[in-house]
Amino acid sequence: MSRAATEAVVLTGDQLARTLTRIAHEILEKNASDTALAVVGIHTRGALLGRRLHGLLCQLSEREIPDGELDISFYRDDVAARGAPGVIPKTPQPVVKDTNLPFDVGGTTIILVDDVLYTGRTIRAAIDALFDYGRPDRIQLAVLVDRGHRELPIRPDYVGKNLPTALGERINVRLSEADGVDEVVLVRTAGEE
Amino acid sequence: MAKRDLISIDDLSAADVDLLLDTAESFLPVLQRDIKKVPTLRGRTVINMFFESSTRTSTSFDLAAKRLSADTIGIKAKGSAVDKGESLKDTIITLSAYSPDIIVIRHPRAGACQLASANTTASIINAGDGKHQHPSQCLLDLFTLRQAFGRNLRGLKVAIVGDILHSRVARSDIAGFQLLGMDVTVIAPPTMMPREVDSLGVNVRYDLAELHKADVIYLLRIQQERITQGANFLPSLREYANVWGVTRSRLRPGQKVMHPGPINRGVEISAAVADDPDTLIAQQVEAGLAVRMAILYRTIVGSTDSDTKEAL
Repeated sequence: MSRAATEAVVLTGDQLARTLTRIAHEILEKNASDTALAVVGIHTRGALLGRRLHGLLCQLSEREIPDGELDISFYRDDVAARGAPGVIPKTPQPVVKDTNLPFDVGGTTIILVDDVLYTGRTIRAAIDALFDYGRPDRIQLAVLVDRGHRELPIRPDYVGKNLPTALGERINVRLSEADGVDEVVLVRTAGEE
Repeated sequence: MAKRDLISIDDLSAADVDLLLDTAESFLPVLQRDIKKVPTLRGRTVINMFFESSTRTSTSFDLAAKRLSADTIGIKAKGSAVDKGESLKDTIITLSAYSPDIIVIRHPRAGACQLASANTTASIINAGDGKHQHPSQCLLDLFTLRQAFGRNLRGLKVAIVGDILHSRVARSDIAGFQLLGMDVTVIAPPTMMPREVDSLGVNVRYDLAELHKADVIYLLRIQQERITQGANFLPSLREYANVWGVTRSRLRPGQKVMHPGPINRGVEISAAVADDPDTLIAQQVEAGLAVRMAILYRTIVGSTDSDTKEAL
């Protein structure tokens, strides 16, 4: 199979910024002004987006909203990397990042932030992880891109862009903090159309 | 077999060690919150086989497995079929019938882990085999040093003092310290220095004259249980304490003291030094839990390295 891949920009840096602002407005519109909000991003790019969204929310609402970040490695459902002897781990597990929730999770409405919503398994793991820190009043999900193909009954509350994709396609979210540029691209491997 | 064992520190690269220590660090916040448990190894079985006495290692391996939600079983030589003359090989084969994922082994004989590994599909983790190796101790020592001195341990001067000859901790630590670029000196009475010490690439001293040069002093207990009755390794414990015991007056301010435990107060370490909050001994014990969680976790879960060796 040919390895050549084509990239199409689906969100430019400008559009990405405007999308985040729109999501911030939606969050404030949906939640009453006396709701104890907290923003929690999922590593790696969800945490970066969470930080940006948190900045916007503080600015727009003119109040201090706590934020934090979550690593879900210990809650993954594909830990079973080693089936029978001789099987190499099928998913390389990245280095575990810090979970940092410097506020009381109990009683808050948590805005969970991730870059791409796909199977829903990451979100399932994140929700499980959050409950080990306390009992939030509510969890709402904000994602930059919803690419479909859910394997679990999970639905986002705030979506930057709905992007129906084929299974062979990939969505790459690039953020200046990690990748030097703000953009979302759709990667298509040639010969898979 | 492509299962992952942790038998010797020599099986690990510096990158492997870094990955394990980073993983251990990420378990620290888990251990501080209200619910000190993650579901990572739910449904997995860890058997802790301790054929030699142990407090720290057996407790922390057991707790580490429980913190990861694995089921654990503890087996001791006393009260098991070993008492009835069963060989290690047969014990391993029997236990393997219950399909454990990991077997943690402490055994008085060097090489027990290799033998066990050859007879089971479970991952074997060496929790100390005779005078050979004690890799989890080495990793927790490195973790403690990293917490105290920062990520980069290159050039750090460590003096390992005491019964080097009978110590598996020394054998693991020398290799692990060198792997991370530390400068290792071993100090012992000639009778307690292994004969092949020159091949280890360490500085060798037979007195405490240069003790003050070390940033870290790593003390070892005299391993009475490995000394054959009647063998003459030292004239008396009192003389050992006088000549080799580390007291306040023999320490330079700022030097950090480590000890794998159990300590023998008044022998290799004076009571005043042992009780000094400035030593790293308590931190070592604390590090044991997070580090052993990391070892269990990385034994089951993949590594970032695409061409991972068969060892962790």
